[in-house]
Amino acid sequence: MSVFDGLKFRRVYSPIHNLDPRVKFFYVIVIFVAAILFSEILPLIGLFLLQIPFVLLARVQKQWLRSLRGAAFLASFIFAVNIATKFFTAGYMLTAIDVEFSAAMTLRFVVLVESFSVFFLTTSPDHLGLALEQTRIPYEFAFAFTTAVRFVPVLAEEAQTIMDAQKARGLEMEKGNFLKRIRNYVPVLIPLIVSAIRRSLELAEAMESRAWGASKKRTNLYALKLGRGDLALLAITICILAFSIYVRLYFVVPNLSQFF
Amino acid sequence: MIEVEDAHFSYSNRVEALKGVSLTIKDGEFVSIMGQNGAGKTTLIKHFNGLLKPSQGIVRIDGVDTRKTSIATLARNIGFVFQNPDHQLFSETVEEEIAFALKNFGFETEVIEKRIDWALNLLGLTQYRKTSPFLLSGGERKRVALASVLAWDPKALILDEPTIGQDYQQKEKLRQFIVQMQTQGKTIVIVTHDVEFVAECNSRVLLMKEGIIIADGESREILTDPEVLAQSSIVLPQIAQIFARLSSLGLPKDVIDVYEAKKIILEALEKRRE
Repeated sequence: MSVFDGLKFRRVYSPIHNLDPRVKFFYVIVIFVAAILFSEILPLIGLFLLQIPFVLLARVQKQWLRSLRGAAFLASFIFAVNIATKFFTAGYMLTAIDVEFSAAMTLRFVVLVESFSVFFLTTSPDHLGLALEQTRIPYEFAFAFTTAVRFVPVLAEEAQTIMDAQKARGLEMEKGNFLKRIRNYVPVLIPLIVSAIRRSLELAEAMESRAWGASKKRTNLYALKLGRGDLALLAITICILAFSIYVRLYFVVPNLSQFF
Repeated sequence: MIEVEDAHFSYSNRVEALKGVSLTIKDGEFVSIMGQNGAGKTTLIKHFNGLLKPSQGIVRIDGVDTRKTSIATLARNIGFVFQNPDHQLFSETVEEEIAFALKNFGFETEVIEKRIDWALNLLGLTQYRKTSPFLLSGGERKRVALASVLAWDPKALILDEPTIGQDYQQKEKLRQFIVQMQTQGKTIVIVTHDVEFVAECNSRVLLMKEGIIIADGESREILTDPEVLAQSSIVLPQIAQIFARLSSLGLPKDVIDVYEAKKIILEALEKRRE
């Protein structure tokens, strides 16, 4: 459940939490694009370090580290696959550049996880819903999205209870070979899915009895407005994007191994 | 059977759910744990089969420290029925649902067959043997969950909120069933808000509040003490309320049982007539 923890929003007040989610999302997308633009390790290290001031400003370092730890397994998998492909395609040889490339690919993934994690850790589901609505996304879709985000922790907790209930009936999740272990999840997944479906039906009925969708144009209690901080982040983000594209087009990014 | 020594427990969000609980539950005892939501009742009973381990203090089951053994080993002796049956039912038929735990514990096929028959019969579910548990009513699903635990015949039975969602008749059946289990020598622990149910069960009562045990004694003693009950936001059972208000007539206050109440009232009426 540690990966979910990294995406769970906690109500904290910080300059980052108060930023407009649309600007923050734009920032995440730019980081995403920049990470895809480069396959060299140096700029990726730069992108990785770039996020740290945000994390510290938002005071979410603990949860953020936890989400990185949650991604560690997948990251090591990506690294291993890259190394293996290089090794076998290059005729059972590994060069420093290959290792560096694999590390860069892994770091690219880590940067993506990192930026999404910062976004979700500092954006409340309510804010997110508002942002979606104000970007003229139909309310039905915006609502479905925010509900899904909001129910992630609920489902995670429920999964824990179900696991406890099955363990109390002698299920040993970590026992057996790989296939057996996957099958061990059946007694957890079925009740989880059944109860999620049941819950969604109940939610739909409860919403409809509170006149959900009665009028086409819905009003909101709060409206999002761009503040000074938002404009600053917007400017920073555009600079990052412009700088990344500029470097990509007009420079050759050196490999780290060239320096040694 | 169950020994808890100064157990503390905190969840990951640093809420301290148990703040030093000590108790001993003997073999064959019947204990009801009551208290407000968030008092730590469920947290406490999850220590009894090792689902949770104390962060400080010791929990011993039959003399074995729960930290030094597996949940599966403990579960063989401690049957735990969760509050919501939907958190455990997953099989295609009721029969397979009951077989699940038996297979986990490595019972032989013939024994499994026998145990299924026995458990279905015990809880009046024989006609649903081949039915999907998802098609049953809430009360029936609760019984399937209970049957699936009873089937492996654990020495102790822990029931979390067994009366929720049951009609009065089912509750009465459940009570008789629990009493029957107890006379067969099983240790029973229930967690409940249902003060009337506890009054009729005539068990030992533990009251919890904010992670500690604030009262421990016979139901007759605790359920007729309005001050202690108020601390846990519990009101007196109805019979105790009547007797509390009639105490000026010289009637005893510590009555919670219907039959006893009837006897005392009849005697009082007799005396008046004379």
